[in-house]
Parts: sequence; structure tokens; C-alpha cells
Amino acid sequence: MIECHKLTKQFGPLLAVDNLSFQVSPGEVLCFLGPNGAGKTTTMRIIAGFLPPTSGRASVCGLDVETHATAAKRRIGYLPEGAPSYPEMTARSFLEFIADARELAGAKRRARLDEVYGLLHLEPVLEQTIDTLSKGYRRRVGLAQAILHDPEVLILDEPTDGLDPNQKHEVRQLINRMSESKTIIISTHLLEEVDAVCNRAIIIAGGRILADDTPGNLEARSRFHNAVSLKPADRSQLPALRGEIEALPEVVETELDSKSERLTAFFSDRRLSLKTINELADSRGWELSELHLESGRLDEVFRTITGGARA
Amino acid sequence: MNGVTAVMRRELQGYFATPLAYVFIVIFLVLAGWFTFNFGNFYNGSQASLAPFFNYHPWLYLFLVPALSMRLWAEEHKTGTIELLMTLPLDVWQSVAGKFIAAWAFTALALALTFPIWITVNYLGEPDNGVIVAAYLGSLMMAGGFLAIGAFVSATTNNQVIAFIVTVVICFVMLMAGFQPLLSPLVGWVPLPIIDAVASLSFLTHFSSISKGVIDVRDIIYFALLIGTFLYANVLVLHMKKAG
Repeated sequence: MIECHKLTKQFGPLLAVDNLSFQVSPGEVLCFLGPNGAGKTTTMRIIAGFLPPTSGRASVCGLDVETHATAAKRRIGYLPEGAPSYPEMTARSFLEFIADARELAGAKRRARLDEVYGLLHLEPVLEQTIDTLSKGYRRRVGLAQAILHDPEVLILDEPTDGLDPNQKHEVRQLINRMSESKTIIISTHLLEEVDAVCNRAIIIAGGRILADDTPGNLEARSRFHNAVSLKPADRSQLPALRGEIEALPEVVETELDSKSERLTAFFSDRRLSLKTINELADSRGWELSELHLESGRLDEVFRTITGGARA
Repeated sequence: MNGVTAVMRRELQGYFATPLAYVFIVIFLVLAGWFTFNFGNFYNGSQASLAPFFNYHPWLYLFLVPALSMRLWAEEHKTGTIELLMTLPLDVWQSVAGKFIAAWAFTALALALTFPIWITVNYLGEPDNGVIVAAYLGSLMMAGGFLAIGAFVSATTNNQVIAFIVTVVICFVMLMAGFQPLLSPLVGWVPLPIIDAVASLSFLTHFSSISKGVIDVRDIIYFALLIGTFLYANVLVLHMKKAG
């Protein structure tokens, strides 16, 4: 459980976080989305207990992160931005140090260490010093550090940054597995990650919450939501097709993506869009290589929401 | 206490994982020997005493201890690991104490490795070993004072070079506080008790009495207070930096 109440952070003249309030419950994976400098990292740092808020308060499992700092930190696993770690240490001695600091002892310590070595596939590099590791391995050592004590709350600042697609997939699966019992906040620039791991997304810019919703509902805000995209098998038919579709009374406009040669039709009544196009295609006997209903495009929603805020 | 041990162990591992530890120890031993034999008139003094050896420790520490202490916090700020350290369930004082104890234990090791000179002087004559033990203790206390100052300065910056230079300057002033060149600008306009107070802050006065074998509780308290004060200031600086 994470609660933030009117969280504000001021750095000199810069208002980094402006009156943020939200709650995250166990089972929720909350994704912070926002342009660079939006206040994502600052908010995470406040919850993790690294920065004190200028005003407002944050609590973790009912523990105020300022007044009960150490108790709150025990319940948090935190991956700071850039996954910092001590370059001269080996991966093993680094994680042993974290185990010491987290007061893990005996059989439990052994079991937890072995488990995170396995979960993040660290065995081959345990005896290497961290400065010789690839970016992907460094990030994984950072993740291992964050989940070592099996915390109730996980705060991960760009957990998949620098990983290759396979590693990204594995880390997302790992987050999904952990999400049942834990409260998780992640930040990301990757919109595909929102669909892959999150069941809630907060879009922030300029330190304020601009949207707080499920990924599905956010996508529904897109003008692409329930638009229909199609591609004729024979590309020379494209202008004719476009003309006919534009002639339909329900169609507001059409767009042609010149790169993929895919035609997208936007409807005034979104509910009937696919049906209408289907009927038209059937009656004309069009041969289509592609036809699908758009669920919405998060990148477009993101640009609309955050672009508006800047203006 | 566990937190202190965890930080201390990590620090010590850090020293020995890099050439830092070995370079420091070798240079310390070479310079200690060189000062003793070249300037200290170790042989010509025809006395079985380690005074020529201990007399140069303050000057040795003046440059070597800041080299050791400069990275303590500046490096954590620079590499961002401070964020990791400060979000572990440790109190700030535990990290401060852990780092200080590690650095102090390390200088104690370097100091202990000068034992051949103790053996030599015992082989050549019959020194007062009580005085030598007291001098070793005094030297260690003084190193602790230098280190506490250095750790504090290192916490204020993320630039190791600045940390080094500022520490050297502060330590130099602390060393020389009892001497004319530093006191003369004060004479005439500052009340005498204050001048006395400044003079009594001098490392050298306190060290020289211990190194002569006189273990005065006041000297021990002086160094203990000095270490305590600067470590406390170290904690405060870290809290202040955190608040941005």
C-alpha cells in the first residue's frame, strides 16, 4: 500500500512535484508515464525516502516515509534511476552487502540470494566486478538488489532501460509474477511496457497528474479508438477504396499511412465501425490483406495529454 | 549495530578490491621510514627511542589521510550510489560510523605495519616500550581526527579533488593552531582567552604530549570530541544535502 497526499517538491525556483495525491494498493502495478523532467523520478525518490517532500506526505504500508523512515525502507525495494551500484565490487559481494544491510541471515538469506541469482540469471557473472558487466547485467544486479528481501512494495525507476528485447520480456514476466501480492510502481518511457505489465497508468507532466486510469481506458481516449485500419491486397486499388469509404456517411475522415500503406477510417459512431466496413468490403468483393479494429494508440494519447500541458 | 558492520565491511572490501589499499600502505610505510631516517636522525640521535619516527606522523597524515578520506562520500555522490545507501534501512549515522570506522581501521592497519621499526629499536637498544605504545595510540587518535575532518569535507562535495584540498587546508590549520604564524594575526584585537582557546585546538600540542608517553585524559578527550563533532557534522551535512 502506498499513499501520497498532496506531495510537493520544490528545488529552488523549480516546482518538480506539484500537489500529487494518489494511492496504490497491493495487486496494482502502477506505471508513471511522462516526458523527461516530468517529476516521475522525484516522486519515486520521495516515496523511497531519499528526498523529503517540501510539503505533503507519503506513506508505505501505513508508515510515514519521513517519521518512520527506517521501518518504511524495510518494506520497500527500490531500483534508483540508472541502477547505481559499487563498480569495484563483484556482483556477489554487492548483493551480500545488500543482504547484510537488510539484515537477512541464516537459511533465509541463503535462499533469497539463490532465488534472485536464479530469477535474474546472474550465476555466470557473480564473480565479475560490476564495472566489467554489460549494461543489461548491471540493470539486473540492480533489480536483484531491489527484490532481495521480498519487499511488500516495489519502486522501480525504468527497470527495463538498457535491456535487450528478450531481457525486457523476462523482467516484465518477473514483475507480472510478483504483482499479485505486491504494490508496484514503475516508471518507463516505453509505452508498450504499460500494456505488458501495468494495470494502471498515471501520466505526469510538470509535476502534476494529467491522467490516472487503466491502460485500456487511456487507449480509449485515443482518436484511433475503434477506428478501422485496412490494407487492400492489390495496392493499386487503394485510391478507389479510399474514395468509397470516404463516401460513407458515418466516416468522418480517412488517413493513409504512407509507410505501411494502411488506410485508417475514423467514424462518427465508433460502435459500428468494423461492421460498416465489413459490409462494404463484402458487397464490393474487395480482397483485403489486412483489416482490424484499432483499440487506441497510447503514444498518441500520451502526446495529446502531455503536449497540451506544455502549451 | 548491524548496519554499521554492513557498511564497514563493504568499505573495507572496497579498499582492497582496488589498488588503493596497497598503494596507500606502501607509500605510508616508505615515507614513514624515509622521514625517520633522513630527517629524524634515527641513528645519530644515539637514543633508543621512536621519537624521530612519531614526530613526522602529523605531516605524513596531513597529505595521506585526506587522500584516503576524499572519496568517502564524494564518490557516492558522484556515482549515485548515495541514493542506494540512503534508501537502505540504515540510519544516516550508521553509514557515517561504518565508513569512518572502516577508514580508521585501515589506517590502524597501515600504522601496525610499521612494527619492524619497533623491533629494530628494541634490537639496537632498550627503549621505553610504554612510551612507544602511548605514541602509537596518540598517532592513531590523531589519524582519527584527520579522518573525521576529511569525511565531513567529503560529504559536502561530489568532487574528490576539492575534498582533498579543503581537507588538507583545514587539517593544516588544525595542526598549526598553536603556532605563531597562525596566531599572530589574532594578537592585539582578539581577547587572550580566545587566542588560548584557538591555541589549545592544535593537533600538535595534544599529540606531542601523548607521543612523549604522557597519556593525559584531556588529550584523549580532545581527540574523541574532535572525532565526535566532525562525525556529527557529517550526519548533519548528509541530512542537509538530502533536503536539497
